Amino acid sequence: MSKTRLIVAAAAASLVGGAVAAGTLDDVKAKGFIQCGVSTGLVGFANPDADGNWNGFDVDYCRALAGAVFGDPEAVKFTPTTGKTRFTALSSGEVDVLARNTTWTFSRDADLKLTFVGINYYDGQGFMTHASLGVESAHDLDGATICIQTGTTTELNLADFFRANNMSYEPVPIETNAEAREQFFAEACDVYTTDRSGLAATRATAEDPEALIVLPEIISKEPLGPLVRHGDDEWADIARWVLNALIIAEEKGITAANVDSMASSTNDPEVARLLGVEGEYGGMIGLSADWAANAIRARGNYAEIFDNNIGPDTAIGLSRGVNALYTEGGILYAPPFR
Amino acid sequence: MESAAFVRTEMAAARPPPSMDMGPVGWMRQNLFSSWLNSILTILALLGIFFALVSAAPWLIQSSWTATSLNGCREAIAEAYGEGTHGACWAVIRERYLQMFYGFYPRDSYWRPNLALVMLFVALAPVLFTSLPRRMLWFSAVYPFLGLWLLWGGSFWIVISILFGFFVGYAVLTILMRMFGQLAGVVGGALAAVLYWVILTGTVADLLHAVIPLGIEPVESARFGGFMLSTTIGVTGIACSLPIGILLALGRKSDLLIVKSICVGFIEFVRGVPLITLLFVASTLLNIFMPPGTNFDLILRVVIMVTLFSSAYIAEVVRGGLASLPRGQYEAADALGLDYWKSMRLVVLPQALKVSIPGIVSTFIGLFKDTTLVSIIGLLDPLGLANAIRADANWNGIVWELYVFIAALFFVFCFAMSRYSMYLERKLQTGHN
Amino acid sequence: MSEKRSAPSRQPFRIGMLLYDTRYRSLTIQVIALMGFMLLVAWLISNTIQNLNSLGKDVSFDFLRQPSSYDINQHLLEYDSRSSHLRASMVGLLNTLLVAVLGCTLATVVGVLIGVLRLSRNWIVARLMTIYIEGFRNVPVLLWIVFFMAILIETLPRPRDFRGDDATASMLLGDSVALTNRGVYVPEPLFSNSLGDVPILGWFSISLDLITLLIVLFVGITGAGMIRRRAERRQAETGVRPVTWPIRLGLIAIPPLVLLYLLGFHLGFPELKGFNFSGGIYMRNSMIALWLALSFYTAAFIAENVRAGIMAVSKGQTEAAYSLGLRPGITMSLVVLPQALRIIIPPLISQYLNLTKNSSLAIAVGYMDVTGTLGGITLNQTGRELETILLLMLCYLAISLSVSAILNWYNNRVKLKER
Repeated sequence: MSKTRLIVAAAAASLVGGAVAAGTLDDVKAKGFIQCGVSTGLVGFANPDADGNWNGFDVDYCRALAGAVFGDPEAVKFTPTTGKTRFTALSSGEVDVLARNTTWTFSRDADLKLTFVGINYYDGQGFMTHASLGVESAHDLDGATICIQTGTTTELNLADFFRANNMSYEPVPIETNAEAREQFFAEACDVYTTDRSGLAATRATAEDPEALIVLPEIISKEPLGPLVRHGDDEWADIARWVLNALIIAEEKGITAANVDSMASSTNDPEVARLLGVEGEYGGMIGLSADWAANAIRARGNYAEIFDNNIGPDTAIGLSRGVNALYTEGGILYAPPFR
Repeated sequence: MESAAFVRTEMAAARPPPSMDMGPVGWMRQNLFSSWLNSILTILALLGIFFALVSAAPWLIQSSWTATSLNGCREAIAEAYGEGTHGACWAVIRERYLQMFYGFYPRDSYWRPNLALVMLFVALAPVLFTSLPRRMLWFSAVYPFLGLWLLWGGSFWIVISILFGFFVGYAVLTILMRMFGQLAGVVGGALAAVLYWVILTGTVADLLHAVIPLGIEPVESARFGGFMLSTTIGVTGIACSLPIGILLALGRKSDLLIVKSICVGFIEFVRGVPLITLLFVASTLLNIFMPPGTNFDLILRVVIMVTLFSSAYIAEVVRGGLASLPRGQYEAADALGLDYWKSMRLVVLPQALKVSIPGIVSTFIGLFKDTTLVSIIGLLDPLGLANAIRADANWNGIVWELYVFIAALFFVFCFAMSRYSMYLERKLQTGHN
Repeated sequence: MSEKRSAPSRQPFRIGMLLYDTRYRSLTIQVIALMGFMLLVAWLISNTIQNLNSLGKDVSFDFLRQPSSYDINQHLLEYDSRSSHLRASMVGLLNTLLVAVLGCTLATVVGVLIGVLRLSRNWIVARLMTIYIEGFRNVPVLLWIVFFMAILIETLPRPRDFRGDDATASMLLGDSVALTNRGVYVPEPLFSNSLGDVPILGWFSISLDLITLLIVLFVGITGAGMIRRRAERRQAETGVRPVTWPIRLGLIAIPPLVLLYLLGFHLGFPELKGFNFSGGIYMRNSMIALWLALSFYTAAFIAENVRAGIMAVSKGQTEAAYSLGLRPGITMSLVVLPQALRIIIPPLISQYLNLTKNSSLAIAVGYMDVTGTLGGITLNQTGRELETILLLMLCYLAISLSVSAILNWYNNRVKLKER
């Protein structure tokens, strides 16, 4: 009878991954792929299609990372995580990097022992409501029923906002975006609050988007970005500079299509450094010289990733807004590559 | 003597009962309208059925099977049945049913879970039907390894190598038993087998694989989903919890105070907390309890916690089976001079387990239904997949169709199993008094 | 023979006797088992400590005193976002208990009804009840919960349907009950001369009106019981039972009614104000969905227990009672029910336990039970997985063990006294 028990032990032995404590880069290289934690399903940011392929803004960041490390954007596996499991999945070593539109906050950085490697989307919490209610400002929401996604910073912001303005409200906590949608469209809540990007996505896929309005107030800063475990600076550097490389690539006009011709013909020293034509920058972070070129080749530069997943031509239809480059009126600003 | 005129001397011919008491009318009078109360109940029930049908049938029938998105469905239904008609959008099932069954398992490997399922029934058959040849039990013993190998893939030599461990253990056991006696044999055999598994299995398998590569493509756990995931978790959980549960039940009935209290403590603790808290442990804490650097797969962690969970329930079922045996059986075994393990193995457990089979089946049904809880910790079981599908831009906003589909499938599985367990109960009842 | 046998000779103790001598063997095995168990526990703890150290975390329950910073919609205790995490957990625990008690009550009522109806001779009713039982039992309870939630949200009218002259929905029972897709509003009891609240340990407060009412009711019931017992004594002595029910009824009913009048009891009706209804008692649809789903699901199991219990009392018992001249009502209450209950109650209580444990699925519909507060938002916001999950398990364990204790007490009380 103990046979069945033993196969579990055997299966355990075969599934046990590498040690967490060692360098993440070495582990990742040893196993041949990056394990990337994403959301269980959020349109535009990460959701699986009918064949189980993951798509989305966060997913493409992971593909770029895989491109940088392995030269192969497919060398990445995705672990869907919930709001509750995401940080443990990262700190226990189950995933190597977490790209799950996670807000960078002090306590997450310091208390939860995580390292945010940058910001790939500047967001803010907003309110969406039914136009028929005639509400024009968040300050008119006294007594409203509000749907919130639980397990995020939004419920804390919401509590603070209403407390500061001395208003009352009825919170309706909800686990997933799909259920929040269902409740909001059935008017089981007057208002849906989440990051403005999420609101836009929800509004875009409504039967009648005109019947919904997003209120002007933004009640919080929600800088979303990928994060890694505390204590492995080398891996954090890689994750950070892949993100920066994508932004610099947009700045310099390097796209997935022209990355090869740019590498051979460029006169811009920074582009040459970035694409590994000049200098030994790849070796400094333990990667090949053309790591950045590979990252860009994966899914394109920041602008391409943005436009393909959540940009104006997609169902979600977000405009760049503050997420435009600093040269174009936004606040997206990558440190220089030198 | 003259016979009394009023005494009938021959039987009167039987006449048919009054027409009101036979045929459909009679049946209805007896079964539907036997009293005022019954008549009212009947009418209410008929009205209820009528309204349920009237409200649900149009939705079920005026549906679209062909569209590729929810909006497409709405348009198709409006076109076919007129504006404002609400119909079901079964197209989502048509497009995603394979995903509901297999998750993201590679399409060209669907035969593997299918074969594993078929083989599961073959392996269960000799356990459940005693008329089958006993030799088939060997297949049942090997099945767990074969089944898991089929699902996860990899080198076939791993299976061989693991099975070889039993051989190693058995060999050491026989040798030591001859030299030092039974106890030393058992301990040495178990130790040798465990040492072999921990240290040598992988190496042996790799070596053999290097010589003759024989295997199927490995499939990572993240690709498991849908009903396949539910079944895998449910079946593995029950299979692994059976031996643990039996040991716990024996421990709970034992005279050894410390062993008994450990078993009782474990059983009552696990039965006292909801499964979801154990799943939280699986998703957030189990790695912390393991040696630093261990990193289990989430599905494996869930299986471990589910196994612990169901072993407590199995223990209670088996305890019921043990209690149902007459004391005479224990005493007879003792009188024959059998030691504890022999009397359990040869006399008590075969009877107790036979009585417990219906209980084990219903524990399995409960566990199978409870596998839906893994959607809360982010695994993509049917319910989790429903959420993922609803997050797809094409199907954003779909609600009922997915739930109805999942509920119907669960109903079919569980109903069939519960009927089977009732049949077993009736069949087994005859053997005991 | 017997005088020849002597006590086993006192052999000197040898190590082997620990294993082969039955006098010592059980002790040896137990010591080994205990050591193995303690080793396992020590191993787990040392792993945990090492892992927590390498993550830079410690084990501390200080977070319970920190402000929770989140709001909970349904709170039976006074609570706001500045209250502590501990208080949030208490609010959650009370919500768990609330839905558990409501659920057990409804499940019992529905379950008994269905179980009895399933035995009905009415063919169609019996079939319908079988469909009900099989339907609910064979579909996962989590699915039922989200199903009920979806039904409530999608089919009930929105609050704004009640508004204006062209309202499409209206309140029920003389404008006192409003069914909306956010929940159900019912009238609430109000007292115009309220006695106020008493704070208890500064933690929470209980309405004095309620306490007074309960005391008056209790005194009335005790008094009625005394009168009944005196009547029984009288019946035993003289064979004539004095008619006491009007006095007893009066004793139970009149003082509370008088008290209610003195306190100025009236009902507060819900009315549409701003975004929502206000006033009255607001039962959120998350609670109703959870309550109904848990009750109907558990009722299917209870119905089977009830049916089995009734069928287990053999017909001979009823016939024997009739032949003694007992009337059907008395037969039911004195002969059949006591025997059926002995069979029904133990599985019934374990169904209650299952219901309570299943209420942890509240998280799926956003009902803020203890899993939602302590094991949900608090865990998320503080990142203290170990501590919160430990406390969460202890909460459920405490509930389960106290219910089991009641069950054991009951089992011992009704156990067949075999002589």
